[in-house]
Amino acid sequence: MATAPHHRAGRLTTLAYLFLLLSQNIAALLLLPLVIASAVLTLLWIGLPFVILTGTLLRTLAHSQRRTLTHLNPKHPLPFAYRPIPPAGITRRGATIITDPATWKDLLWLISGAANITLIALPLTLLAHGTLLLLFALGLTGPTLYDTYTPTTPLQHLLLLAPALLLLALGYLLLPLTTDLYLRFNRLLLSPSEKARLTARVAHLATSRANTIDTQAAEIRRIERDLHDGAQARLVALGMNLGMAEQIVEHDPHTARALLTEARETTRHALTELRDLVRGIHPPVLVERGLHGAVHALALTHHLPITVTIDLNGRPADPVESAAYFAIAELLTNTAKHAHATHAWVHINHGRNRLVITVADNGTGGANTTGSGLTGIRRRLDAFDGTMNLTSPPGGPTIVTLEIPCALSSPKTLPSSETA
Amino acid sequence: MRVVIAEDLALLRDGLIRLLQAHDCTVVAAVDNGPDLHTALTDHKPDVAVVDVRLPPTFTDEGLQAAIAARTHIPGLPILVLSQHVEQLYARELLSDDTGGVGYLLKDRVFDIGQFIEAVRRVAAGGTAMDPAVISQLLARQDSTGPLAQLTPREREVLSEMAEGRSNSAIAARLYITEKAVSKHINNIFTKLDLPPSSDDSRRVLAVLAYLNGQ
Repeated sequence: MATAPHHRAGRLTTLAYLFLLLSQNIAALLLLPLVIASAVLTLLWIGLPFVILTGTLLRTLAHSQRRTLTHLNPKHPLPFAYRPIPPAGITRRGATIITDPATWKDLLWLISGAANITLIALPLTLLAHGTLLLLFALGLTGPTLYDTYTPTTPLQHLLLLAPALLLLALGYLLLPLTTDLYLRFNRLLLSPSEKARLTARVAHLATSRANTIDTQAAEIRRIERDLHDGAQARLVALGMNLGMAEQIVEHDPHTARALLTEARETTRHALTELRDLVRGIHPPVLVERGLHGAVHALALTHHLPITVTIDLNGRPADPVESAAYFAIAELLTNTAKHAHATHAWVHINHGRNRLVITVADNGTGGANTTGSGLTGIRRRLDAFDGTMNLTSPPGGPTIVTLEIPCALSSPKTLPSSETA
Repeated sequence: MRVVIAEDLALLRDGLIRLLQAHDCTVVAAVDNGPDLHTALTDHKPDVAVVDVRLPPTFTDEGLQAAIAARTHIPGLPILVLSQHVEQLYARELLSDDTGGVGYLLKDRVFDIGQFIEAVRRVAAGGTAMDPAVISQLLARQDSTGPLAQLTPREREVLSEMAEGRSNSAIAARLYITEKAVSKHINNIFTKLDLPPSSDDSRRVLAVLAYLNGQ
């Protein structure tokens, strides 16, 4: 489960992360009494709200620790697998938290907070004391060491260099070792059990599959309705017009001509409707030019100047291209409608087996993910295990990042950058 | 007029052949795929080619690519591209060599046979024929700000007619005004958009399209 961490970060960066880990562990120690209190109160049947509160806090804290550990070793991200807390019902929410094995694993991590702190603090303390001694030996601090020892001769001063250097060397050598031990230990504690991970995965897949089926069914209903009320009805009218024209063409050529003109107009309308429908199902330009051309085409018709940069060594699979295209189109429509922006950017690249799409604008911000458009995008992406992240502080800018796991086909380089 | 036709659906291909032959055109080749189109264009050097964007074997924008490729060999080779949908991107690519003799129309425009034949003739003569859908998108895009906002409604009408590729007399006929009024409007448009005046019709259209495309 726990893999050997690779120290790709330098010692100085590691040191900075250690302080972060330390603060998280101190927070954990502070949380411990709360957890105990809520556990005791639950035994008296009045602590459930506290369980929900402390349970949520615990998840947040453990997760921030996971994120920090992932930062320290990005090659092996630490996943989490909690049972989702139901949106309502105190008993149900409390029960979910208590019965989730992940909660108990987190508690184990919480309890080992003291050990963790010791592990981190050991090399840090050595380094701190070593530095203090060194400064003292060089005469850069006050005359008294630790408020007890006051050396009188310069030799006594210099003799302190030996323990100073010893402590520093010890701290320096211990730092990677204890960090390594810490990472292994905490990864072991915080990584979800295989069963929990799979259970969470299955639950997520079931939800996303249901969503995908719903979305597709709704889409097919919409297409059926559009065809039924649109093109089909127009073709019926067209046939009627032509039939009537055929009947009267001999004795009333004037009316027949009017009917034919009408038939032509009806055909034109039917074609326009079919064209719009096709665009909504799968835009022709996507078939003809792929995501690359389709996004450029989209940028050209947008009323804002849009800078498009695409850096792909090939094409994603058709369904991914389509989902990506519609997501970008929807985001750019949102920008046009709500953002009051003067410029927008679309950036597409591929890395770590993911298609990464960033859509940004310099508008007023304040967008939230509850809008139906963004929910729709999230649902579409869910079918591909894709994710969406939105940053939109009041005052702007708005940045949306989409990630879709996928491979690219045909190693053809299409780097391009263009402002439309 | 010697014409090459490229259209993969037999129904439409035969319709186009019939339509063009009925209007004094000789169809020297009617092909149904990209490679054949390329050969036909370079072998026959027709007065004009009517080309469907999407053709076999790839069923992508094969027709457009063959047309653009042929125009690099034979600069100014007149090509009228037909499509079920119009894209600014394609219009821009067709216009990018700045030599004229290009058209880009929705297939629906064939319904109005008079207009369609006029467009074919115009392209053959080195002019342009851009679909109204392309032009209205271009105009809408530049609408909110910039010099286009200064145009009067009538000038906008004249501008879009002109951008579609029509001559002064055709614009006058369509808007029910005199040719003199048309050239007055055009002068105003060129002053307001700060474009160099030009007496040559097709040069003028290209200048306007380049302006609208922001090239």
